[in-house]
Amino acid sequence: MEILSQVKDLVLLAAQHGAEGAGEALKHAEELGPQKFVTVGYLWLIPFFPLLGFATNAFAGHWIQRRFGKKYVSYIAVGAMVLSFAVAMVALIQMLGLPPSDRYMVNFLWNMITAGDIQANLSFSLDPLSMMMTLIITFIGGLIHWYSTGYMADDPGYWRFFCYLNLFVFSMLLLVMGDNFVLMFFGWEGVGLCSYLLIGFWYEDIEKAKAAVKAFVTNRVGDFGFVLGLFLLFWALGGSWVERANVIPPRETRWATADPNYKPQAQSGTFYEKDPSLSPSKAATTWENYRRDPASSASKGGIRVGPTFTFRELRDQLAVDATGVRSRLTGMTFFGIPLLALIGILLFVGATAKSAQIPLYVWLPDAMAGPTPVSALIHAATMVTAGVYMVARLNFLFALSTAAMTVIALTGAATAMFAATIGFVQNDIKKVLAYSTVSQLGFMFIGVGVGAYWAGVYHLLTHAFFKACLFLGSGSVILGCHHEQDMRKMGGLKRFMPLTAKTYLYACIAIAGFPIVSNGFFSKDEILWKAFDSGSNMLDPSIGKLIWVVGWLTACGTSFYMWRSYYMTFTGEYRGARGEAHLGGHAPLLPALVTGSLASLPSSSVDAHRASTDFPQVRGMRHPDSGADPHAAGAAGHADHPDHKAAEGHGHGGMPHESPTSMTYVLVTLAIGCAATIVLGFWAPLGHLLHIDWMQEPMLERWLSPTFAPSRELVESRGAASGTFWEWLLMFASIGVAFAGWLIARAFYKDAKSTVPEKLAAAFPGLYRVVYNKYYVDELYQATVLRGTSILAKALAVFDNVVIDGIVNAVAVAGRFVANIDGAIDKYLVDGAVNALAEGIVELGGRFRRLQTGRIQNYLYAAVLGALLVIGINFLVH
Amino acid sequence: MDHLLSYIIFAPIAGVIAIGASLAVPMDKPQRDQFSRWVALICAGVAFVLGLYLWVVYDGSTAGKIQFIERATWIPSLHIEYFVGVDGISVSMVILSTLISFIATIASMPWWRGKDEHDDPEHPHFSVVKVPGYMIMLLILQTGMSGTFAALDMFLFFVFWEVMLLPMYFLIGIWGGPRKEYAAIKFFLYTLAGSVLLLLAILALYYRTGDQALLQRLATVNPEAFRRLVDAGTLAMDPQSHAWAYRMAEGGFASNTFNMLTMAKLGQAGLFDLVGPFLAGITFAKLMWIFMFIAFAVKVPMVPLHTWLPDAHVEAPTPISVILAGILLKMGIYGMLRMNWPILPAATASFAPAVSAFGVINIVYAAMVTLAQTDLKKLIAYSSVSHMGFSLLGMASMTESGMSGAVLNLFTHGIISPMLFLIVGVIYDRAHHREIEGFGGIAKVVPEYTALMGLAFFASLGLPGLAGFISEFLVLNGAFANLPWHTALSAVSVIITAAYYLWTIQRVFLGNLNPKYAHLPDVNWRERLTLYPLGALAILFGFYPNVMLRLINTDLFALVRSVKGV
Amino acid sequence: MLAPGLPHFLIVGAVLFAFGTYTVVTRTNAVGILMGVELILNAANVNFVAFNRFNPSPLLTGQVFSIFVIVLAAAEAAVALAIVLAIFMTAKTIDATQADTLKE
Repeated sequence: MEILSQVKDLVLLAAQHGAEGAGEALKHAEELGPQKFVTVGYLWLIPFFPLLGFATNAFAGHWIQRRFGKKYVSYIAVGAMVLSFAVAMVALIQMLGLPPSDRYMVNFLWNMITAGDIQANLSFSLDPLSMMMTLIITFIGGLIHWYSTGYMADDPGYWRFFCYLNLFVFSMLLLVMGDNFVLMFFGWEGVGLCSYLLIGFWYEDIEKAKAAVKAFVTNRVGDFGFVLGLFLLFWALGGSWVERANVIPPRETRWATADPNYKPQAQSGTFYEKDPSLSPSKAATTWENYRRDPASSASKGGIRVGPTFTFRELRDQLAVDATGVRSRLTGMTFFGIPLLALIGILLFVGATAKSAQIPLYVWLPDAMAGPTPVSALIHAATMVTAGVYMVARLNFLFALSTAAMTVIALTGAATAMFAATIGFVQNDIKKVLAYSTVSQLGFMFIGVGVGAYWAGVYHLLTHAFFKACLFLGSGSVILGCHHEQDMRKMGGLKRFMPLTAKTYLYACIAIAGFPIVSNGFFSKDEILWKAFDSGSNMLDPSIGKLIWVVGWLTACGTSFYMWRSYYMTFTGEYRGARGEAHLGGHAPLLPALVTGSLASLPSSSVDAHRASTDFPQVRGMRHPDSGADPHAAGAAGHADHPDHKAAEGHGHGGMPHESPTSMTYVLVTLAIGCAATIVLGFWAPLGHLLHIDWMQEPMLERWLSPTFAPSRELVESRGAASGTFWEWLLMFASIGVAFAGWLIARAFYKDAKSTVPEKLAAAFPGLYRVVYNKYYVDELYQATVLRGTSILAKALAVFDNVVIDGIVNAVAVAGRFVANIDGAIDKYLVDGAVNALAEGIVELGGRFRRLQTGRIQNYLYAAVLGALLVIGINFLVH
Repeated sequence: MDHLLSYIIFAPIAGVIAIGASLAVPMDKPQRDQFSRWVALICAGVAFVLGLYLWVVYDGSTAGKIQFIERATWIPSLHIEYFVGVDGISVSMVILSTLISFIATIASMPWWRGKDEHDDPEHPHFSVVKVPGYMIMLLILQTGMSGTFAALDMFLFFVFWEVMLLPMYFLIGIWGGPRKEYAAIKFFLYTLAGSVLLLLAILALYYRTGDQALLQRLATVNPEAFRRLVDAGTLAMDPQSHAWAYRMAEGGFASNTFNMLTMAKLGQAGLFDLVGPFLAGITFAKLMWIFMFIAFAVKVPMVPLHTWLPDAHVEAPTPISVILAGILLKMGIYGMLRMNWPILPAATASFAPAVSAFGVINIVYAAMVTLAQTDLKKLIAYSSVSHMGFSLLGMASMTESGMSGAVLNLFTHGIISPMLFLIVGVIYDRAHHREIEGFGGIAKVVPEYTALMGLAFFASLGLPGLAGFISEFLVLNGAFANLPWHTALSAVSVIITAAYYLWTIQRVFLGNLNPKYAHLPDVNWRERLTLYPLGALAILFGFYPNVMLRLINTDLFALVRSVKGV
Repeated sequence: MLAPGLPHFLIVGAVLFAFGTYTVVTRTNAVGILMGVELILNAANVNFVAFNRFNPSPLLTGQVFSIFVIVLAAAEAAVALAIVLAIFMTAKTIDATQADTLKE
């Protein structure tokens, strides 16, 4: 198809332009106009393939796995990754072909939301930064997919796993490729969703499920801040506050919002023209074009000023002074707080959750409940770096507020130190790596916080490689030791799994920051140097120095706990229980794992699946990592694995064993990647010293300079410029601590001979306990936030039931009561009168009829009396 | 089809007649049930197809242009007209109501095929009890709903409004759960109390429209507004009586009018604000506003007038909950959008702070209450209350994005909440209870069901990429312009919502399987038929909400402008 | 010697009437009552005859009337006794106080 045809001439193009690309990067900083960009038609393919893979496996995966076997499921998933990586490479080639100032590719698909001032498109964009991220995601993501084919080989939920993985990659690509906040937020929460799904992958274990929920909800807390920052920015840019000195509108105008016929260029001085020939009328047409096709306006030289979610437009109006936006925002306050600082901090709150910084880091260690490849891909290499990416992406915004920068840098430093100390004493190998990740993320935030955006991003890149390598290595170890994660039960694995040990060793070197041979050295050192050199980028110049000290010590700690983990795991004698206990439990795993080929699996996968329904109580326990009783699993394995004998053929019972090639190859690739990435950030002073011209400026810095150009002058102007002497000094200082940490760890933990650690732990039991229990932060949150919320919720529910509904029912009761009174009156008063009359008459009749006795004498009495009466009257009358 | 709307509105009535006639024909019970089921399906289907056709032929390009108008004098003595028509706002609602009605009708079919071992004889499934009556009620209900959304004459509106009420009462009261009578009566009285106020307000406004002295005052106080009314032909001099009057459908003159559009014009000209203050300084306009608002707030439902909703939902059979949550709740906001906002703009402006406060209370309070629910259906009912709060907040914000979010929320929530209730219905049909704690780990036995519920839950908790997010995002963004603190407070609900949904998933689906449900059957085709379309729509509107927004916004923004007097 | 005048006859008649009335009122025996009734009738006869004797007109209206009364008294006695017998047959008594079924 046409894409392939494009590739050819793109390569040619790259050949031509590659040369002057380098030069322009440097002088790009001067004339900073609106971001030029090219419109391309194929970027959507990059996220599309993983999406396709996800859809296929989601709807047909179960059937495919049962019908054809797991192999085909993995073909779909890995194939999707390969394709999307290929398209990413195509994009890279084309981008190389462009002059640095134009390195901004946009692919407009459709207009998602148009509502008042809001314009959000489904459109992807690639600039050098997102290009780099895309490559990391597709490359490392692909590798980890491959690794998982081995790691998850025995899991009945195989198809489910891969469909989640693909969905994750899709979301992550949305995050980095979306050209506006809305799309970024799609990815931002999409990755949260996948993280939730994958942490809770083995959902029969309620603990894992809870960890998943914790991760998602914690991230939601961050999103809360993120969204508020977004709104604040949006409305500050125009919306309805644009006319007001103070952000909060006065009471009487509160309910009159922006002029509905609001046309951005209608406001004075907001339309910036690169070339004077462009008349306002033409500008208007530009605006109209924009309405029709948002991708077309800036190319005509106009900058749209006003509320926007699009990064490019935001960058243009903030970066180009002539728009006057920057000065206006700088003047704005929100209830007395500088607006930009508030925006920056609120957005950073989102980052603290996503990138596991204080105070929202708590979910990441628990997230290790997920399968190890997930920990490697999501919780080390890609997702957790989203926060760093976001800050770097918005460098032009964050650089405007030193307060925000300070907060970010300090938080990063604090987190780095804090997590490192916890890492000292953890015994679960994945927990060590988890806290190490938190700590390294802290380093990245120091970088982007002090304005060393490229350094932070470079650390992101190097960390992606060595931490993925470490995690996958630990996964290989865990699998080799039959789901054992406690380093105290390992040791001496060097002999059993040499390849894993070697790669792990190199990754340790990389993260510990040994000079020259490790990429971690260059990135970390650059960050520390820039922190030291930050000067008035921080609120107070001394803060930079403080951060350097903290980071420097943390570097020592990093080196220490990483070497500790290496020595405890790979050196000395194997301390794990061996043999029988694991034999049954592990046997069914072996054929798939040892041969590493899934070809033998169709039958077993079918059975495995049936087993999952026949032995529900067993199913959840037959995975690696799920840390359940292997006996039961063994039973299930025996029950439903016809090729089980083949397993025993391999009989190295419970002894650790090297992992299948599909895993080790990935480890080697990643180790090589670690080495390769050294070149990208080779230390500039060294380049000056050796007079190697491509080292004059680190490659990556040059590559990223178009992205960071808007903030560049600002940050450099505020820098301290401490000079090369200090740079060298600090470099040696950090080399020193790297070795120091290594030597201490070596002394304490090599071959598990030393008893110093126990002594230390015994010497400061209280301190040890506090640190070992992660400073009880989880317990604190549990006691305050969670319990508080649930109590409030219950209270309100009762209130709703008793009070509000009670009132309603009370009204009903009252109504009935009144009705009864009415009825009573009717019954007794009105009816009563009538009946009383009737009864009175009856009564009277009764009385009268007594006179009629029927006795003749009585009547005669009466007659006589009457007669006498008459006579008497007669007498009286006369 | 120049009578398209009437066809949509009265297609179900044809079914009612057919079923009613069939009662005269001697048939044995299963035959009769089957017949009435089919009639109901066909009528609802026809209405739905017509609704789609309406969507296709509706011309969304021009603002403020009412389309598919049908107008005929109905009761001349009171100047009441049969006056229906749709603009962008109502067309989306009409489409929604036909869609949800159709799905609810499908959901009213017996859910087992042939074998009904899941259905215990002493508690028969609602779909096999008094089927013809049920179907008749359902069809009448559908007529009432689409009629309410299409009516442009206040009296007609009120008639349809009440027509909805009675079938709903019977549907809950006869085919409902254990406490059905209580719930039905509560719902009926609650809504009726509101309706009374609504009727009062409608009549009061009606008589004001014929108040010559008032019109004269308007002419003196605000002559150009009055001239605009005359030029627009809203007002005309009646040659016989030499009084200001309104043109009827057949060209005659009416001294008063129930016509909503006319009233809106009069209201925006400030006619009703001229009526002097009475009742302790409350002006006529404000009082009428409060009356109508209460009537609609009951339907929304707005805290503290919401307690009928959980009971009604819990007791109502699944399809009725679907209609209740999918459409009836929307009528509250729709009514405000048709009456309070356009007809009494000044009062609206002065009450907007109160409304926004109520919106926030709805959102946060209901969310917190949801967190503590143990009954699955009650949980979803309360979450509905919480989500409708976003509409209130957006309406109060009076910004374009806020109001467009509010209206879009009607649509998205009208898609998601029916899905949620259908899903609860599925589990209730199988397990015969809804206690969240009563399940556990069933994800293993019903994976497809789990996936669907996950989709619905995440759509409802506003996961970007699914429908719920867009409307909440628009509302919050729009509200933030005027009410930063309200918005900040409401945004807390994104955390709470996530908490209660995920916690529910954890308790129902995750963890160890509760052996009681080891053989729970997964969703069947009838349920797929109802669930998958809604799920697909939730995703479509998550990534391409403009499909709806384009329809809504042109007219909505025109309305916002005219209300704000721009 | 004093010739008896009209008042003396009237006094006799009145006394007879009083006796008769007293008998009727006090006696519970039906026959006794009948006797009382006879006394009353005869008192009337005495008056008739007396008024006629002391009346200047030559006609014998008084005597004729008293003859009628005597005849009627005979008939009345016959009927009354028959009734008394009938009562006696039903009520086994001729006590007039018992015979009050007419009251109801």
